[in-house]
Amino acid sequence: MQSHLALLATFAFFVSLVFAVIAKDDPREQLRFGGLMFGGFLASALVLGWLMYPFPL
Amino acid sequence: MRATAAEETQSGTLVLLCLASWAIPGAGHLWLGRRTKGLIFLVALPLMFAIGLALHGRLFPFDLGEPLVGLAALADLGIGVPYFIASSLGYGSGEVRAVTYEYGNAFLIVAGLLNLLVVIDAFDVAMGRK
Repeated sequence: MQSHLALLATFAFFVSLVFAVIAKDDPREQLRFGGLMFGGFLASALVLGWLMYPFPL
Repeated sequence: MRATAAEETQSGTLVLLCLASWAIPGAGHLWLGRRTKGLIFLVALPLMFAIGLALHGRLFPFDLGEPLVGLAALADLGIGVPYFIASSLGYGSGEVRAVTYEYGNAFLIVAGLLNLLVVIDAFDVAMGRK
């Protein structure tokens, strides 16, 4: 697997999963927290990626 | 003031719990009866570590002359027994020319650091803080 996006998503999945399970006890809260974190990882990576697109100038 | 026998026993158990939790990801939670959490950690963290190895990541040496390499080695060690299994089988030499090398390192290092967080969480649960 060499796709940057797939690797990023895999990494984000594992980190979100572990943080959600550590931080929350209720499965519904875990799902919500983990989903938000996973989405945040992907969204911030995409936004930062596009912001860096013009560099180096 | 000297600790009572009960307190010494409790602290001994806590040390054992933390060691078990570090050595086998999720073992501390399983010990404390948090079965679902323990099983999730038991599967997710070694899997993340294995993916890191498959991506040609490197298990860094304990090189005190290079502080960042030493810190990465400590983070790698955080995963516990899987680290020693991988090292003894010759995995984790790192293929710096591989396009996934840096991803592999990120997976290996973060898996170790997450396991250390899991150890702290198990400690908190054992102390009745959670």
